[in-house]
Amino acid sequence: MVPRAEFGSYYGRPILKRPRWKAPHMPGYLYFGGLSGAAATMAAMADATGRRRLSLTGRLTALTAAAAGSALLIDELGRPERFLHMLRVFKPTSPMSVGSWVLAAHGGLTGAAAASAVTGIAPRLGRAAGAGAALTGPVLATYTGVLIADTAVPAWHEGYRHLPLLFAGSALASAGAVGMAAVPGREGAPARRMVVLGAGLELAAAGMLERGKGMREEPELVSEPYRIGRAGALLRYGRALTAAGAAGTLVAGRSRTAAVMSALAVTGGALCTRFAVLYAGHASAEDPKYTVVPQRARVTRA
Amino acid sequence: MTNSLFGPLHDVAEEAGYADPPERAGFFTDTSVCIGCKACEVACKEWNAIPEDGYALTGMSYDNTGALGASTWRHVAFIEQSAPREVDQGDGASRWLMASDVCKHCTHAACLDVCPTGALFRTEFATVVVQQDICNGCAYCVSACPYGVIDRREDDGRAWKCTMCYDRLGDGMEPACAKACPTDSIQYGPLDELRERARERLGDLHDQGVTEARLYGEDENDGVGGDGAFFLLLDEPETYGLPPDPVVTTRDLPAMWKWAGGAAAALAGCVAVSFLGRR
Repeated sequence: MVPRAEFGSYYGRPILKRPRWKAPHMPGYLYFGGLSGAAATMAAMADATGRRRLSLTGRLTALTAAAAGSALLIDELGRPERFLHMLRVFKPTSPMSVGSWVLAAHGGLTGAAAASAVTGIAPRLGRAAGAGAALTGPVLATYTGVLIADTAVPAWHEGYRHLPLLFAGSALASAGAVGMAAVPGREGAPARRMVVLGAGLELAAAGMLERGKGMREEPELVSEPYRIGRAGALLRYGRALTAAGAAGTLVAGRSRTAAVMSALAVTGGALCTRFAVLYAGHASAEDPKYTVVPQRARVTRA
Repeated sequence: MTNSLFGPLHDVAEEAGYADPPERAGFFTDTSVCIGCKACEVACKEWNAIPEDGYALTGMSYDNTGALGASTWRHVAFIEQSAPREVDQGDGASRWLMASDVCKHCTHAACLDVCPTGALFRTEFATVVVQQDICNGCAYCVSACPYGVIDRREDDGRAWKCTMCYDRLGDGMEPACAKACPTDSIQYGPLDELRERARERLGDLHDQGVTEARLYGEDENDGVGGDGAFFLLLDEPETYGLPPDPVVTTRDLPAMWKWAGGAAAALAGCVAVSFLGRR
C-alpha cells in the first residue's frame, strides 16, 4: 500500500482535466482495433499456408472489427459529422492523426480482402489487399498505446513502455480466440497458439504496468490507479479470465465446446483490460496527487 | 527543426512557418497585486461571448468557476491562508492569495501537437488558438494539456480555450482581460519586455522581505519551453492549482513510437511463430 501522499493543492481540486473519452466507446475501440489488426495478420498467414477456413474467418473478423471500431470512434467525437476532418492533414506529432490514416488504410484493405474472399472476384487483388492489411494490422493494434500515452494523464503517460505490448498481447489473444472458436480441429491450431502467446504477453505487460516497473518517477504512486478502485478490480478480473482462457485453450485441444468457452474467457479478459486502462486514466487525472507528488519530487531533487 | 518537440525555442512563430512574424506577445500575471475583483473573467466573457458558468459559489472561498474550462478562459483563484508567513504580521495573521489563471500559450503546446485535424494552430503572435469550424471534438487536446486548461463544451461538442483575444491583437489592441484589470495584475506585451519587468518586480518583492515570491512559467528551459503567459506567485504553484513542473508530453513521443514499433513487431512475430510447424 502506498502511504498517504502529503502534498499541496487548490482545495483538493484536480489539476488535469478528466479525459473526455468514455466507456464503452474508448475501450471498445481499443478492443476492436486490436482484434481487427491481429485478425488481418492471422488471415494473411493462414492464406499463405493454405488454411482456407481460418483465412476467411480472419478476413471477416478483421473487416467487421474495423467497421465496429470506426463506428465507436466516430460516435465518440463531440462533432461526429466532422469525422472526415481527421483526414484533412497528416500530423506525425499526433498519434490520433497517424492512427486515423492507418485505420482508413487498414479498413480499406480488409474490406477489399474480405469482399474478394467472399465473392471470389479478383482473388489475386484480394490476396494482395490481405497481405497489405497484415502489415497495417500490427500498427493498428499497437499505436493505441501511443495514442493514450501521448497525454498528460500520469498513469497513461508513464505507462508508455507497457501499453503497446499490453495491447499487442491482448489483440493476439482476441483474434486467436475468434479463430479457434470458428475453426475447430487441426486447421485452428495456429489460432490456439496465438491465444496462448497473446495471453502470456498480455499478462506480463499488465503485471509490469500494475507494479510500475520501468516507470521513472514515483513508480509506486503513478501505477497505483491500476491497482486500486474500479480499474484495479477490472485488471484482476481480466487477468483471471485471460489466464483461465489460455489454460482452457492448452488443455482442451480440439474440443469445440472448450474452445468456445476459452474464447469467451479470453475475450472477456481483453475487454476487462481495456476498460481498466480507461478507468485508471480517469482516476489518475482526477486526483491531483498523481500530478503534484511526482512533479514536486522532481523539483525538490533538482 | 531542432527542439521541435521539446526544449527552448527562440522563434516560435517562425518555427510554425511564419515569415517575419511580429514580436512574441504574452501575458505577465502578477498575483501579488491581484485584488480578486474578477473583472478579467467578466471582460473575457463579454468580449468573447462565452456562456455563463452559473452564479453559485463552489463552497470554497469566493470562487464560482473553480477551474479553467471550455467556458472559463480566465479563472480567479482565492486561497485563504492563516499564518503562512514567517514575516511578523501579529497574532492570527492570515492572508488571501488571489491569482487570475489563463491558458499558458506554451512554447511547446501539447494540445496543438496532438490535435489530429489542425483545428489548433499557432498564430503569428506565437499564441495557440482553436479554429472552431474545424474542431471535430475528439478531445485529444483535453487529455494532453499538462495544465488542465482546454476542455470540450458538451453542448456544442467542440474544444475551447483562451485565444489571447486573437481578434484584438490583430488590430493592435491588448486582450480584454488585461485591458479590464484595474491593478495591472494582468499585463500584456512583448514577452521579453514582460520577463524583464517581472524579474525587476521579483527583486523588489524579495527586497521587501517577501521571500516566497517566485516566477512561474517564464523559464524557456522548463518542461514546456517556457510559457507565453507566465506568473508571479507568492506560494508553491500547486497551491494555486498549477502543476509544479509540467512537461510537454511530446518530449517522450519518439520513445513511445519505438516501444510501439517493438510491440507491433512482437505481434507479427507471434502470429508467424503460431503458424510454424506441420499442418
